[in-house]
Amino acid sequence: MTCTEFLAMLDELIDDDVSAQTRSELQEHLNGCEHCEVTLNTTRKTIEIYRSHEVYELPNSVRQRLHDAIMARCKHGC
Amino acid sequence: MATIQIGENEQHPDLALVASARTGDVQAFETLVNKYDRQIFRIAQHITQNREDAQDVVQDAFLKAYEKLDQFQGNSKFYTWLVRIAVNESLMRLRKRRTGKMVSIDDDIETDEGSVPRDLADWSPNPEQNYGQAELAEILRKTIQGLPHGFRIVFVLRDVDGLSTEETAETLGLSVPAVKSRLLRARLQLRERLSRYFRNKKAGEK
Repeated sequence: MTCTEFLAMLDELIDDDVSAQTRSELQEHLNGCEHCEVTLNTTRKTIEIYRSHEVYELPNSVRQRLHDAIMARCKHGC
Repeated sequence: MATIQIGENEQHPDLALVASARTGDVQAFETLVNKYDRQIFRIAQHITQNREDAQDVVQDAFLKAYEKLDQFQGNSKFYTWLVRIAVNESLMRLRKRRTGKMVSIDDDIETDEGSVPRDLADWSPNPEQNYGQAELAEILRKTIQGLPHGFRIVFVLRDVDGLSTEETAETLGLSVPAVKSRLLRARLQLRERLSRYFRNKKAGEK
């Protein structure tokens, strides 16, 4: 397996959407390729960081104001 | 996380709330607002890149959803239906800011950047701990803002929000292969850009 072929399957590997056969081929490539191992690990980390850190917080005060506006309109028929 | 795995025959709890809201139960609708407003805000902010626009989108998307509850078919999740409304509202706001220029989720994706990883240095362990909370948030914001928005929105829906590939495709009106190719490139571009901050520093390197 080449690095390009490995990369083409990167998402499937990360999302655990591969057959046992493909997985072992990918694993075999990883064992001999430090670059692809770094790419896999750092891509996983990228996703994990974005998943666990809220980039755009909605402050409670704004949230309350939006709720009030939405509910007021709903109650009076939008 | 918004998505909850449920059995095929089990009804999603949102459906009961939608049914009540349809009969005029405003409280039931408020529950849905409470449940999803943060996610809708996040999606709107990622598309519009503008705080006021994103707040307007939250308000307009929920009001539009309430108005159109009768049209909700129930063959998709309420949340994905709501996201679709929010994405459209966001693109409309963006269009207004760009003085009427057409904006779609297909814009700006003609780039090969990131399709081949270049920065192959490993990252330091728990690299996010080298930055303060505010500094890290700024890095993450700046990095994702640099992505073409057709990639950014796929990444946010799929990886941050936890929608499936099929739901993301349905929500954005894209094909499944298009979502897959955008997701891979979004992930690789983000990785590449974050690498500048998170890579293992060699001795003497700043």
